[in-house]
Amino acid sequence: MKDIAIEVHDLSVAYDQKPVLWDIDLEIATGSLTAIVGPNGAGKSTLLKAILGLLKTTSGYVSICNTGVSHHVGYVPQRESVDWDFPISVREVVLMGRYGKRGLFRRITKEDKEIAHQCLERVGMEPFADRQIGQLSGGQQQRVFIARALAQEADIYLMDEPFSGIDATTERTIVQILHELQSQGKTIVAVHHDLQTIPSYFDSVVMLNLRLIASGAVSEVFTPENLQKTFGGQLTILDRITEAMRTGQQRHTQDSKTEAAGEP
Amino acid sequence: MTISLELFSYNFTIVLLGTMLLGVACGVVGLFTLLRRRSLIGDCVAHASLPGICLSFLIFHERDFFILFIGAIIAGLISAWLVSALCANTKIKEDAAIALVLSTSFGLGITLSKYIQFSSLSNKAGIETFIFGNASTMLRSDLVLIAGVSALSIAVIVLLFKELTALCFDQTFGTIQGLSPFLLDIVLMTVLCLCTACGLPAVGAVLIVALLVIPPATARLWTNNIPNMALLSALFGSLSALIGTVISSISPPSPSFSGLPTGPLIVITASLLFIVSLFFATPHGMLFKLRRRIQ
Repeated sequence: MKDIAIEVHDLSVAYDQKPVLWDIDLEIATGSLTAIVGPNGAGKSTLLKAILGLLKTTSGYVSICNTGVSHHVGYVPQRESVDWDFPISVREVVLMGRYGKRGLFRRITKEDKEIAHQCLERVGMEPFADRQIGQLSGGQQQRVFIARALAQEADIYLMDEPFSGIDATTERTIVQILHELQSQGKTIVAVHHDLQTIPSYFDSVVMLNLRLIASGAVSEVFTPENLQKTFGGQLTILDRITEAMRTGQQRHTQDSKTEAAGEP
Repeated sequence: MTISLELFSYNFTIVLLGTMLLGVACGVVGLFTLLRRRSLIGDCVAHASLPGICLSFLIFHERDFFILFIGAIIAGLISAWLVSALCANTKIKEDAAIALVLSTSFGLGITLSKYIQFSSLSNKAGIETFIFGNASTMLRSDLVLIAGVSALSIAVIVLLFKELTALCFDQTFGTIQGLSPFLLDIVLMTVLCLCTACGLPAVGAVLIVALLVIPPATARLWTNNIPNMALLSALFGSLSALIGTVISSISPPSPSFSGLPTGPLIVITASLLFIVSLFFATPHGMLFKLRRRIQ
């Protein structure tokens, strides 16, 4: 049996008595790279926040590594969640990832600064370390948030739409980092919008629309039936995805045929 | 000759030190209320402290500023709590909640101060000066109080600098890192109330918000760095106090005119510093931006 990193049990969340998440039962395996998909308002961000312990839940519980403590969870919020005019430099934002390890009244150490420096290098943002964050492009801002999460040195990473509104370079960087983290045995859960890239970026998927529709390995649960159940009436999207998956599969078979033919 | 004599008098020195210390403390505390987007709470707290002062006078019949000061702080804290309680439990948004609490408490304050003014209570003189302030009545004991409050406020802000910055930038992330936004907000609101309350005799309930907002807003035009902003904000606050107090003391009093009021002059000076910075500051002044655009 696989180790479980995050266990969600009977979880319901309501805002103003209107349910946003309903009776979610979910297990996320240690070392998995999981996408959360669902239409707008499906409760994807809410699920992440509930896992982080930031919300009052109506029922149920979340347990992380069997402790229930969320301090060793790295978090990448939606880019729009902060004011980018805030008077702070890239380096200072990344150093904030160290506060959890340092605690109240403790000063930032040389070691913290070194870790922040390394995290900025990993996302290719070290040359921008002294820039004010407002001077960055959308993709660069996203990389700063990823670096801040890396500085947390967590075992579990939760990311809210890390791929939204970014350039191709940033997308490549983030994919690479996700795979690096996974190879280090870390668990990653990300809200993701681009359904077409799910099979190539992730190994597991959670399909959500107020309730849990399906969760498990991409190859098993990411099916047209489940997509239909998740996205309901939004058939145009669904048609496009089915089409994309079919052509993807065709290309895949063709590729393997060409590869097979190319072998002596 | 009379001007120089006036400038070095004992009373003037007390007023000058008091207003300058107030400028420093309000500048530093106001920086974080500005970054936390709670600047208007400062105004609300200031207006609410007026009924606090009146009530503690009615209860204790004492004109002693320390007793009135405690009343002002309690009323200020209650008003800040009321605003957040209204936001959390009703459909009313923060701007409307602030306007509601501010106007109600100020109405109560004015009514109570008029009641005191026309009552037969002894010692009542000067209660109404807390509305617009009257720096020239500042006593040595007031100065000691202002100095103590300033030192305490600045110490708290310095000690929690990292945590307050994290809270203002990204509250959710701060919470995950183990910060308590609730406790930090209480601390911030308490130092805000302390600074507002001890600024009431000099600047008054109506104008004290200017010292909390204008110096940090001016500092923001000059730098992208929060520690530098804090230093500049303290500098602009104390400079405004210095210039405003000096102008007030050299404006010639006559039998029908008691000289220009200190509080409003401090506020006007702070605004002038802001306007000058708006044009000439680097990197966020208009001329600097224009030049960069042309280049």
